[in-house]
Amino acid sequence: MYDDEQKLLAAAKELVHQGIRVKDVFSPFPIHGLDPIIGVKRTRLAIASFMYATGGTTLALLGMWYFMIHDWPMNIGGKPSFSLIQNLPAFVPVTFEFSVFCAAHGMAITYMIRNKTLPGMPACNPDPRTTDDKFVLEIAASQNHDHDVENLEAALKQTDLMELSIKELA
Amino acid sequence: MNFVIPGKVKTLSFVLMAIGVIAMVWGFLQGDGEHGEHHQRWWSNMLVNGFYFVAISLGALFFYTLQYAAEVGWSAQFKRIFEAMFSYLPIGLVIVLVLLITGRLGMHHTWHWMDQSLYVEGGENYDKIIAGKGAYFSDAFFWLRTVIYVGLFIWFANWFRKKSLLEDKEGGTELHVKQFKRSAIFLVCFAVFSSTLAWDWLMSIDTHWFSTMYGWYVFSGMWVTCMIFATILTLWLRKRGHLPHINDSHVHDLTKWMFAISMLWAYLWFCQFMLIWYANIPEEVQYYTTRFFDGHGGLSPYLFPLVMMFFINFALPFYILIARDAKRNSNLIVGVGLLIFCAHFVDVYLLVIPGTIHMEQYHGIEFWEWGMFAGFFGLFLLVVMKALSKAPLIPTNHPFLEESEHHEI
Repeated sequence: MYDDEQKLLAAAKELVHQGIRVKDVFSPFPIHGLDPIIGVKRTRLAIASFMYATGGTTLALLGMWYFMIHDWPMNIGGKPSFSLIQNLPAFVPVTFEFSVFCAAHGMAITYMIRNKTLPGMPACNPDPRTTDDKFVLEIAASQNHDHDVENLEAALKQTDLMELSIKELA
Repeated sequence: MNFVIPGKVKTLSFVLMAIGVIAMVWGFLQGDGEHGEHHQRWWSNMLVNGFYFVAISLGALFFYTLQYAAEVGWSAQFKRIFEAMFSYLPIGLVIVLVLLITGRLGMHHTWHWMDQSLYVEGGENYDKIIAGKGAYFSDAFFWLRTVIYVGLFIWFANWFRKKSLLEDKEGGTELHVKQFKRSAIFLVCFAVFSSTLAWDWLMSIDTHWFSTMYGWYVFSGMWVTCMIFATILTLWLRKRGHLPHINDSHVHDLTKWMFAISMLWAYLWFCQFMLIWYANIPEEVQYYTTRFFDGHGGLSPYLFPLVMMFFINFALPFYILIARDAKRNSNLIVGVGLLIFCAHFVDVYLLVIPGTIHMEQYHGIEFWEWGMFAGFFGLFLLVVMKALSKAPLIPTNHPFLEESEHHEI
């Protein structure tokens, strides 16, 4: 555990340099420049968001075509709706809003599922203080077969750390 | 070390200007009207180009002051690029001013409302709607506004440039704070005047028509062309090694602006269109009917360029520049940027031409019109390059310089 994100950043750099795999980092806020150091791959959330938006666009147009044109043609403001393409301008705002709606909600839900932080899910951070002002760097011995536990402990103690706890995980 | 204009660029801008001069002469000789004695098409093109490039400069001045007013750090290194771009303001504004004066003197008929006989009640040409706007178009008020725009913009541009050069010598933060304050004042002025100058110089061409969205729409157009030009210029200077501390994050952010403002432009274009289309009020709809239909059951000659430029200005940047990797790929940015740059010329073109040229006489964009565009572009390029070479390319004492060099996203 570290009490400053810059100390953690330096430590992570040093540990990775020694060939130690960092399992995860817990922090109250995003730490700038950490991802490439500990080898977190670039998020694919943007691609998912684009797909949600495209889905939203399709769904909105399909829905409006069905409600307003196919099932029950409506005359609104002197624009009788017998054709989707001729009345497209009227449908664009709703399509746009619905695309944004789908992208935003889809993105938020995907994010929470991937991080296992949906409402009601059990918290999995090792120390509640990481939600306040402390930073935890987690190393799993099972991921570092080249180094034994004493070796890892020694390497961690070399860094500017505040607290070290070793846990046996089932 | 100052930037030296490469010989090739000088040659290029002179060649472009030569093409422009030939196109101007050719276009003027074409004439129109029954015996070719009118040259309205030529004058209209002068306004299109005159406005288009002044708009880039205004966009640059706006963006520059925006950086100060918002205390932006990342753009500090290449603020000289924007200074160079707004150095074209005096020349560009004088061109527009000359067009306005010649219009008022009756040498061309770009602005229909300048015909004073429209306001004479009971007269042959009396037009009730235009006469109703008489107070706004009265000589005193109109010229007062025009002089205020021209004077104010040139004064602000000179002031910022001077202070920026002074900062290089003196350093400290006092000058920066002064520029910060002055920027906020400029933005307030610009918020009002960018709209009113769009009404005065462009919207008044279709004198009977008006749209409250117009000012913003023109403004977003000038902003996006400014961002494209600035991005391409930055990439070019970086490639030649003049901006060693520009990294991919800067390029990414500049392209984000290009992308975002393209969307803003498309949004405003569509909002204006949709409201008018939906409300279907004759006096408003006529603006679009001239651009869509020929009045005899066929399509308007303006429809094709209109649809093309809307797709290039909206769909192209949206689908191509949306990805992160695309915003860091120089070749892609330059390619898409140049396309949008030309498409925005067509955008300004369609603001002016349909209101000044009879549809029956119009058969698409002529070659000499593109030639004039090239000529004005050459002039603009030369002025910008000259201004770039006059001062160190990277400011030395800007307080945010350090932050800008370490920009990372």
